[in-house]
Amino acid sequence: MDIILQPWAWYVAGPLIALVMYLMYYFGKKFGVSSNLETVCAIGGAGKFVDFFKFDWRKNKWNLIFVVGLIVGGFISDQWLTPDQTVALNPQTVEDLSEMGFSNAGASYLPNEIYGVEAMLTVKGFIILLIAGIFVGFGSRYAGGCTSGHGIVGLSSLSKESFIAVGGFFIGGLIMTWLILPLIF
Amino acid sequence: MKYIKFLLVGVLFGIILSKSEVISWYRIYEMFKLQSFHMYGVIGSAVFIGIFIMFFFKKGKLKTYKREAVTVKPKVKGISKNLLGGIIFGFGWALGGACPGPMYVLVGKGIIAILIVLFGAHLGAFLYHSVKHRLPH
Repeated sequence: MDIILQPWAWYVAGPLIALVMYLMYYFGKKFGVSSNLETVCAIGGAGKFVDFFKFDWRKNKWNLIFVVGLIVGGFISDQWLTPDQTVALNPQTVEDLSEMGFSNAGASYLPNEIYGVEAMLTVKGFIILLIAGIFVGFGSRYAGGCTSGHGIVGLSSLSKESFIAVGGFFIGGLIMTWLILPLIF
Repeated sequence: MKYIKFLLVGVLFGIILSKSEVISWYRIYEMFKLQSFHMYGVIGSAVFIGIFIMFFFKKGKLKTYKREAVTVKPKVKGISKNLLGGIIFGFGWALGGACPGPMYVLVGKGIIAILIVLFGAHLGAFLYHSVKHRLPH
């Protein structure tokens, strides 16, 4: 049990993620999370405004059930499998964040400066969260996949398109982290 | 009941993402700061094993539970869409510290603020399909 309760090393998590991908194909489906965003838009009636969303969302029910599982997994993990919520970051990371005004980096999974209820209720904090989401949703559907579809499935299939997309993920991420975050915080 | 297997695989994936701290904003920041191997190790080892799985799918050595061949739909070609879409995605990933999978896991963790991010992600997907005819692909 102790092994499960500790943070899992990369060499445990990575192969297990590959197993998840395998299981989804074994069960006759595919592995990709961001297409659910379109399915939920279709359920919400987005087809009234944009023709793309007029597809029959029922054919994607299995994937919605999969993300319900993600929510349940997050709950189980938080309640019973993670007694220690600290994240053992590189001390340099903690120092860099402290210079940007982030206190106690790594004391829990998420920074209060972004995910705390107080931050969320400020105009700036709300906009940061909303824009982050819009970028992820817009970008993943523009590119046709996110970290699962392009990152894991695409790279595993040695798809040229996915190498370009993942290259884009890192160009965008590096620009945001090194150039834009210091301007925001 | 035929869907319960997807629920269980989802639960497994949620626990993996949570226990390996992939859902931590800090881990994403640290990755883009190039200050930790952790995230590269997670993605890299998943892809390493994934390459073998995909190879055996293609060769027909691994099949579905119905003994059918697995076909993986190729990604749509286009340098602009993959590169520009990827860059926009990267902006959001580094700002919010969560890609779509972890967003749902964080809902289960009881993080209220992630609901705003998740709402934004749906809005983003909607916006993309509203303006896509004007974008390079």
